[in-house]
Amino acid sequence: MAHIQLRNITKKFGEHTALRGLDLEIADGEFFVLLGQTGAGKTTTLRLIAGLEKPTEGQIFIDGVDVGDWGAAERDVALVLQQYSLYPRYTVRENLEFPLKPKLRRVEPAEIKERVARAARTLRIEHLLDRKTDRLSGGEMQRVSIGRAIVRKPRVFLMDEPLSALDAKLREALRTELKNLQMTLGATFLFVTHDQIEAMSMGDKIGVLDRGRLVQTGTPQEIYNNPRNTFVARSVGSPPMNLVEGRLVGGRAVVAPGNFELPLNGQVASAAEGRPLIFGIRPEDIFVEPGAPIAAMIHDVENHGVEKILTLVAGEATLRATVPARMNVAVDETVSFAWNPEKVLLFDSASGLSLRHAG
Amino acid sequence: MTTAVMATLDPKSRAAARGMSDLAIRNLFIIPTIAFLIIFNVFPLIYSLGYSFTDFRASMNAPARFVGLANYRELLNDPFIWSNFVITAKYVIISVVGQVLVGFGVAMLLNRTIPFKGLITTLLLLPMMLSMAVVGLFWKLLYSPNFGIINHALGLGTFEWLSDPDMALYAVAIVDIWMWSPFVMLLSLAGLSAVPKHLYEAAAIDRAGPLYTFFRITLPLVAPILMIAIIFRTMEAFKTFDLAFVLSSQPTTEVISIRLYKMAFQQWQTGMSCALAYIMLIMVLAITNIYVKYLNKVKER
Repeated sequence: MAHIQLRNITKKFGEHTALRGLDLEIADGEFFVLLGQTGAGKTTTLRLIAGLEKPTEGQIFIDGVDVGDWGAAERDVALVLQQYSLYPRYTVRENLEFPLKPKLRRVEPAEIKERVARAARTLRIEHLLDRKTDRLSGGEMQRVSIGRAIVRKPRVFLMDEPLSALDAKLREALRTELKNLQMTLGATFLFVTHDQIEAMSMGDKIGVLDRGRLVQTGTPQEIYNNPRNTFVARSVGSPPMNLVEGRLVGGRAVVAPGNFELPLNGQVASAAEGRPLIFGIRPEDIFVEPGAPIAAMIHDVENHGVEKILTLVAGEATLRATVPARMNVAVDETVSFAWNPEKVLLFDSASGLSLRHAG
Repeated sequence: MTTAVMATLDPKSRAAARGMSDLAIRNLFIIPTIAFLIIFNVFPLIYSLGYSFTDFRASMNAPARFVGLANYRELLNDPFIWSNFVITAKYVIISVVGQVLVGFGVAMLLNRTIPFKGLITTLLLLPMMLSMAVVGLFWKLLYSPNFGIINHALGLGTFEWLSDPDMALYAVAIVDIWMWSPFVMLLSLAGLSAVPKHLYEAAAIDRAGPLYTFFRITLPLVAPILMIAIIFRTMEAFKTFDLAFVLSSQPTTEVISIRLYKMAFQQWQTGMSCALAYIMLIMVLAITNIYVKYLNKVKER
């Protein structure tokens, strides 16, 4: 098990800069999720740690040792890829044995057998051991490739969107399994995904990547409740945080296009007074109730079973609010709403940075 | 199946407008080919089978006399014929092994990003586009003990590549290797570039060494296509004629097809040579069959 540190990593592919000045620290035994969109540099980060790519600048430490000159084999990491990369023409058992067979490792045959059996038991693929890999379903293949990672007892598990090629049900099941596996093994996991639900539900810590820069790291709660900027605010949560432009006038939020006014809690820095701001509010912190101060029209209703998601239009501002499923609402109906003044976040309109983080 | 395909002729198509039915179009395409094949392949094949049981000589007017299996019996008991087969076998093994080693090796070298890769590949393919007879003639010059560039470059003095009875077969095989390695290279390259890159990465992560990766990943994945190259080259090498004929007239390079040629067109033993041709045909079929069986096994795995 290992502690990983990336220091000031920059990676360029020709003209294109994939990562710029990335600093990242993953504690021993932590489940770290790197969240970002396609092209944000998630996979590059993984490949750099795995030793499949060399950084243009910066250093990588595993357990405090600079591994810059080490090849993939020496770093002793396991990598699970989205496309499974099982060795074709071999059975599941042969695939699981593969990493133990090279002479470099010198694993006793009895131990190979035992480790394969244990991995198969953990992942519930014992009945598949003698099957050829091309006769497996997607979920089974991904289990085998995870199995191939765990038989080795590597120092770090790197996972590159291992669940994204699977269907929704299976994804959910494997999500839980992976998290359990990580806790059982006590291993360090670096998990890369573009799916914020995976990030929120699995990660001990989340790092949000935006176009090669690490924007924020923190626990899922921190990322959710206190995003560093509007990008992070938009990245997590479904539906995402409402972001509306406005100004602070006398401690109250004045939302520009719709010209509605709502209170904020007292501790907002008065320096923000008068500046163009973006107010961020989570859908669950908007209350739709009779007698609330602002009137809005319901533009859309999405019924999710446990709750309903309303799209409200107040003036020119569009807000999404979650309400209990029991609530009777209809499209084009006029309702009134308020927000939880404690939960409103203020972002600088120009930089997108949260005022809480800035000062 | 066939009827389903044929039923789909678009009624508005030009062929349909001309009043051609599906059947007519099919016949238009197929009948000339079949006729050609029957006249030039199937008919001689069967006709020569008939001759192989006679003592027919094309140079004489005497009618063919049926002799049963006598030709076959005589051929298979002839120690000279057997030595021709041994020479052929030796030649096939040397040249096919050589071609696979060189061709696959070059393919491995080319299977990466290098500058001018396309140009290099094209240039390497040139030998196999030449005519066998031309290749034979200019290699004869290259091998020449007096002014040949090979002896000059290797500093071998007046070493006689083609007149030395022990060397001649190797010399012919070297030319064959030179000429046909590109073919093996081309197929190997196709096989190698089809191996997904992420498998190599996974193997690197799994701490597999280069040899282990080669034997456990590269080779099994390229094996089927390499096998096809080997089948082709074995068949070709088995019936090789022009190269050996042009390059050398040593008894040690008398592969079976040269023997057949001499028997048929110098000694005019037409019936006997038909029998020999049939023996060759059966051997090539048998060898190919073994390969194809193996190929299917490799593909299944």
